Amino acid sequence: MSAPSADHTNDSHDHGHGHDGEFSHPMPVWMLLSVFFALLLLTVATVYQSTFSLGNLEVWMSLTIATVKAGLVIAFFMHLLWDKPLNAIIIFSSLIFVALFLGFTMMDAQGYRENLIMNPTLLEDSQPAAVNVELSK
Amino acid sequence: MTTAVAPAPADQEHDAHHEHPAWLAHHFDDAEQQFDAGKLGMWIFLVTEVLFFSGMFCAYALYRNRNPEVFEFCSTFLNEKLGAINTGVLLFSSLTMAWAVRASQLKQTKTLIGMLGATLGCAAMFLGVKAVEYSHKWSIGLFPGKFYVSQIEGAPHSTVPYLWYLSIPALILLVGFVLYYVYAFVAASKFHLRVAGPLVVAALCFFGGVKLGQILEAEESHGDSHAAAGSNAHGHEHSDHDGHDHAKAALAPTVNLLGEPETVLHDVAVSPAETNTPDSNVNQKGMAGLFFSIYYCMTGVHAFHILGGMAVITWLIVKSARHEFHSKYFGPVDNVGLYWHLVDFIWIYLFPLLYLIT
Repeated sequence: MSAPSADHTNDSHDHGHGHDGEFSHPMPVWMLLSVFFALLLLTVATVYQSTFSLGNLEVWMSLTIATVKAGLVIAFFMHLLWDKPLNAIIIFSSLIFVALFLGFTMMDAQGYRENLIMNPTLLEDSQPAAVNVELSK
Repeated sequence: MTTAVAPAPADQEHDAHHEHPAWLAHHFDDAEQQFDAGKLGMWIFLVTEVLFFSGMFCAYALYRNRNPEVFEFCSTFLNEKLGAINTGVLLFSSLTMAWAVRASQLKQTKTLIGMLGATLGCAAMFLGVKAVEYSHKWSIGLFPGKFYVSQIEGAPHSTVPYLWYLSIPALILLVGFVLYYVYAFVAASKFHLRVAGPLVVAALCFFGGVKLGQILEAEESHGDSHAAAGSNAHGHEHSDHDGHDHAKAALAPTVNLLGEPETVLHDVAVSPAETNTPDSNVNQKGMAGLFFSIYYCMTGVHAFHILGGMAVITWLIVKSARHEFHSKYFGPVDNVGLYWHLVDFIWIYLFPLLYLIT
């Protein structure tokens, strides 16, 4: 290896693993297995949870469980806990943009709810949805 | 076989500048810089993937927010047992992929190939189960958009052998891989045997997945007839029951649908006599058809990601059979692993959002 490698050996101390150019960080098998079983357990939990009718809460419950699972996958399987902070910033920034995207679309949809006809049968059945028909010309 | 680790004298043109091992690209200072650069690129790619899928999740969120009853009606057509099995299979493949990364860092080539093979096999099994799901839906006319066929009780099922069509590519690959294995055996090439073995197993896993899916699918329709018989006997108890029997019950036409609006939405097949039930609003191209557009789009794009993942994992198997990976060069395994976990990550959200709506 060439001379500049000295700089990078210092770098590797900064993010806390290895020495002398050794940058691999093998995950211990017990950790992989326990993350896997935790994920399986959460899958069973989400299937079990779906047998109760919780109404509106249900979506949020299953999304919460899914997010915990996704967090486990990202942190351990994708090794982000030991990764460079830059990579974590990159992936979390994408989640912020997804939240903005979904959030604003939903706000928009709510704002125009009255003017939209999403149900084609409303047009045919001439049910009390006459207001909608008028607005849409 | 350890030539890859040692500096490669074969690289004549590069040697003019300085010495570097074959696995270290010329423009990197050292192994760690190469690894970090590759990984940064992979994370940025994953960001684009997340944003790409978020478009479909946006369509999902809008449509579900607007027409929750469509989702309740349509999700009864999705077999949640198959979905749960596939979730387990994909989680297991994530485990083996993460283990493969570990094996590549520790230079345990046998474990590495085994783990990559297991990941490939799980991916094939996932697709096998998916093939059963898709072909079952197509046979009863659950197509996307305008191709959607209204679900009417007792309607004849299509006899087109969709499952066969979906299995043909896998069958061709299986034959090809077996021939390759035979060739490797005859040529007594250790390298080819190491590559061909996992490929044959993975192709077989597809058919294992198909078999598993068929068993579970048959169980499900068996359960349906039971539930239907039960619903005739005690129609009212049904609104108290939640979950499985409730959702999967196929109501007989004699049951008063209007009296039990809760149950109606979970009805699988609609009786032709009942035209003014909430179901008749939902059970048509513009409503249920749109749900299936979203369903096929999301799961289909996900399935294509699985296929892409399988292709790169095969590439990794070839590279590991050549003993290319070690503690300073495992970037490809790690980056494919990141991609694979992202595919798993997407499925973690798809499963409850599509299959587990009550």
